[in-house]
Amino acid sequence: MKLSPMAKKAGNLLNNHSHWVMLLAYLLLFFAFILLPIVLAVGLSFTNFDSVKIDSFEGLQNYIRAFTQDTVFMQKILPNTILYALIVGPGGYILSFVVAWILSQLTKTARTILAVILYLPSLISGVAVSTIWAVTFAGDRTGYLNDILIQMGIINEPITFLQSSDYLMPIMIFVALWSSMGIGFLSMLSGILNVDREQYEAGLIDGISNRVQEVIYITIPNTKSQMLFGAVMAVVNTFNTTGLGVALSGSNPTPKYAGSLIVNHIDDIGFIRYEMGYAAALSVLLLVIVWVFNKLAYKLFGSSD
Amino acid sequence: MAKYRGITVNPQRFERTQIKFYIILLPMIILAILPLIYIISTAFKPIEELFAYPPTFFVKNPTGANFRRLFGAAENTAFPMSLYLFNSIVATVAVVFLGCFISLLAAYALSKKKFRGRRVIFKANQLALMFVGSMLGIPRYLIIKELGLVDTFWANIIPLLIMPTGVFLLKQFIDDVPDSLIEAARIDGASEFRVLMRIVFPIVKPAMATVAILFFQSAWNSVEASNMFINTEGFKTFSYYMNVLTSAGNGVAGRGMAAAASLIVVIPNIVLFVIMQSRVMDTMARSGIK
Repeated sequence: MKLSPMAKKAGNLLNNHSHWVMLLAYLLLFFAFILLPIVLAVGLSFTNFDSVKIDSFEGLQNYIRAFTQDTVFMQKILPNTILYALIVGPGGYILSFVVAWILSQLTKTARTILAVILYLPSLISGVAVSTIWAVTFAGDRTGYLNDILIQMGIINEPITFLQSSDYLMPIMIFVALWSSMGIGFLSMLSGILNVDREQYEAGLIDGISNRVQEVIYITIPNTKSQMLFGAVMAVVNTFNTTGLGVALSGSNPTPKYAGSLIVNHIDDIGFIRYEMGYAAALSVLLLVIVWVFNKLAYKLFGSSD
Repeated sequence: MAKYRGITVNPQRFERTQIKFYIILLPMIILAILPLIYIISTAFKPIEELFAYPPTFFVKNPTGANFRRLFGAAENTAFPMSLYLFNSIVATVAVVFLGCFISLLAAYALSKKKFRGRRVIFKANQLALMFVGSMLGIPRYLIIKELGLVDTFWANIIPLLIMPTGVFLLKQFIDDVPDSLIEAARIDGASEFRVLMRIVFPIVKPAMATVAILFFQSAWNSVEASNMFINTEGFKTFSYYMNVLTSAGNGVAGRGMAAAASLIVVIPNIVLFVIMQSRVMDTMARSGIK
């Protein structure tokens, strides 16, 4: 095949800059669906956008409102979110690591089967909330938990778990922890299994005398990078499951705001009351919270960078 | 605690000292697997058992009635269930193929090409690992509206094509492909795209499989587009339909149908993961953030 010099030149040019061609679709999508939403949220947070028009520039007024006037936000939403994130994030993470470590102490066949089973909840979590957990904790006698408690004679009347401001949050945390063993868990399991055996032998010579020491001095330092990936995934899982309260109780806001987290509050204000400027400010606050968690993960496990 | 005897990771044989680990894991294994058993059991329960009080867990007389009602259910919605299923399949196939292709191209460029801006892009991608779409629902909605995607079938596909985790995993995997292999192909006159498809792609297949699963999960289980961006019932997905069935307050009778629909949503997720799990683990070995 003979190409004209022009076509050849164009071909060469394309080949030399092929990285930009290759990155084009990715960069466009990244810009449109990740970068731009962040920029837009920050921009809108300074306005009183109501989904149709922007009347005025509010400066920091929306942020001030969150901390001084929005009593629901300060008394319920923010404490809920922090409590939930502090338990589900580190809790799910530690659970994932401990289970991954235990699995690494088993033989290959057993480990593979059990890893698949333990990974199941994160695979089916989206479906499970409505089909399983809503039924398990249902507020009448047909709910499994109520049925069991009544049969055992612990309670006489069914408890409306999902409409109760006492039980909703613990149930959300339970369900979130149940589904917390996702790809971060697989990553850490894989990391532990790939630690060089010589490391353990060297540790033995250096006087390591029990498994706790082995985990602290050999396993963790050698799986740091997977542990960091796992930590980031734990943050993602925590904020990915923030719809649980609304899904379980069936209403937004949740009963007495007991299970409402920032994401639900943003939806409530933005899509139900159309105060999108204020909702955007809350989104920015949420981004900051997530970023802090992420930063913390890098501080703990990142190599100096 | 038993006397420490050195290396215990990845043992070759079963030993009695491992029994305690099985005992510790047992409650978690039960919690992990019971919900699936419940879905399967409920999906095959006849009406009497669904209404039974006290509630039963396991099915006694399995029947396919829930599935028949599900496939015949036109009474709840104007559209047959098969349309939602068809939409889900089309959207999922499109997301998996386009998403994998876009991610592979980007990951290869970020891993093996030297150009200005590479580090910045990779750092941005790494930071975006923590990005959760639902946090920015409002600006995302506005952008999707401006792009003219609202109420089109594309809303099921385009927003899902970007997945920083996928690009990250692929890039880490491609980093381990020897440069000499790529250089040799370049010297033989292969174009960059040829190098990518003929040399790199076959080596990174395990990572591609993993990323394909992640794209599959995000598309197959997605309800965001159907809930927020699409009004036309005929463009909505099966996961959305399942959610409507489970939450529409159909009461006890609806539970069987909802479980049948849930099973249809869940099974492909599980089957794919079980088939691909060794490749997934292979990918995860390189997933560390350095």
